[in-house]
Amino acid sequence: MNESSKVRLTVNRTSREIHVDNRTTLLDALREHLQLTGTKKGCDHGQCGACTVIVDGRRVNSCLTLAVMNEGAEVTTIEGLGEPGDLHPMQAAFVKHDGFQCGYCTPGQICSSVAMLEEIAADIPSHVTDDLKNKARPTAEEIRERMSGNICRCGAYSNIVDAITEVAETRS
Amino acid sequence: MKAFTFERAASAEAAAQIAASNPDAKFIAGGTNLLDLMKLEIETPTHLIDVNGLEFNEIEPTAEGGLRIGAMVRNTDLAAHEIVRRDYPLLARALLSGASGQLRNRATTGGNLLQRTRCPYFYDTNQPCNKRQPGSGCSAIGGFSRQHAVLGVSDACIATHPSDMAVAMRALDAVVETVKADGSRRAISLTDFHRLPGDTPHIETVLEQGEIITAVCLQPPIGGTQIYRKVRDRASYAFALVSVAAVVQPDGTGRIAVGGVAHKPWRIEDAEAELPNGARATAAVLLTDARPTDQNRFKLALVERLLSAVIAQAKDKSS
Repeated sequence: MNESSKVRLTVNRTSREIHVDNRTTLLDALREHLQLTGTKKGCDHGQCGACTVIVDGRRVNSCLTLAVMNEGAEVTTIEGLGEPGDLHPMQAAFVKHDGFQCGYCTPGQICSSVAMLEEIAADIPSHVTDDLKNKARPTAEEIRERMSGNICRCGAYSNIVDAITEVAETRS
Repeated sequence: MKAFTFERAASAEAAAQIAASNPDAKFIAGGTNLLDLMKLEIETPTHLIDVNGLEFNEIEPTAEGGLRIGAMVRNTDLAAHEIVRRDYPLLARALLSGASGQLRNRATTGGNLLQRTRCPYFYDTNQPCNKRQPGSGCSAIGGFSRQHAVLGVSDACIATHPSDMAVAMRALDAVVETVKADGSRRAISLTDFHRLPGDTPHIETVLEQGEIITAVCLQPPIGGTQIYRKVRDRASYAFALVSVAAVVQPDGTGRIAVGGVAHKPWRIEDAEAELPNGARATAAVLLTDARPTDQNRFKLALVERLLSAVIAQAKDKSS
């Protein structure tokens, strides 16, 4: 048996095939093998959220999953959400509200927040949801709790919440 | 990270056989804890068996009126499930108080039970740790022990079990279902599932080599006011200093399990008998054999205050 594997992924709607050492995380596969460097490596231990991408519709820490565990998966990175000139509404809202300073955590914040709003829409409760019988609403308190897996070392949190709130209000 | 070979399990039985014949093999499900430990070379499997393809994703009612939760059900899906929210809100609350949204999307029911301690000395490979390297000593005893266990400790280890989910499951009398390499199945009460550290803190559960968790079963709903209350150093995304899982009935009786205080979710049925007599009486029995350090003695007072808070909260809700 080999210590490396062939992996097929659909990344940002394009089918890709890579040959990787089994140790390769999804994060390193994206950055080093597919040159999608928008996804950032922060702590590499699932604590900071900078590496957040969307896999099969769910946000995950790409540093804590192996590429080989994601055979056949559909991955969306920050590059797949939007590009300069054709920004995703969340990207545009982060620019408008100045939801960053250095920008290193921003791709993770944006991927996380896009999938997070889908979680609220799909009736997934959170720690601060008052009543488990009712669907949560994207209040500032809900957004802060649900985004706690994304750390911003510059402390742009209040503007990040403003950006996410604006997108949430446009959706509803 | 050490190099390893990788394969996808065809069935639980096949996975169990492979793991039973190779002591250096590990199952990988969500991977959120194992990969972290592999990067630090605290875990060094030479072979990984990916169990993500196994069909243990269902949450289904049992014939007895309880609920069977497949081992691969993700923490997010379990917390969001209609029946769990309605009949076992304690479990939903415990799950939602743990980790982050990203982690809960990957972390599984079986894996959550098997996660390793977050003792900083277990993580620091430059320090002795009986759990990481049996016989090397315990750095937490006499070290920084603010986060550590106060109950069921030994001279070899004072680590805590980090799970919130398991604390709620302990209060709910959950049963773990497994398959062994020989194809036989067994049901293990969560009471017996996790071990106290004793002289062998590296052995954390009663699972045999190769034995794989297929599901966790809950008893029929017991009603009552269900509260999971967790005290931690941050408002979100932090492990418990102390947590209390409580099911309080209108007559004041109930069940209590405590997290963050021991090598396993802590529950003393004799202490529950004191519940109608209040927090102090309950805590006195619950904490009878406590062996705190100078740095974590505060957990004893915290347990009593949390009990007081949940009893008041339950009264408030039922009135």
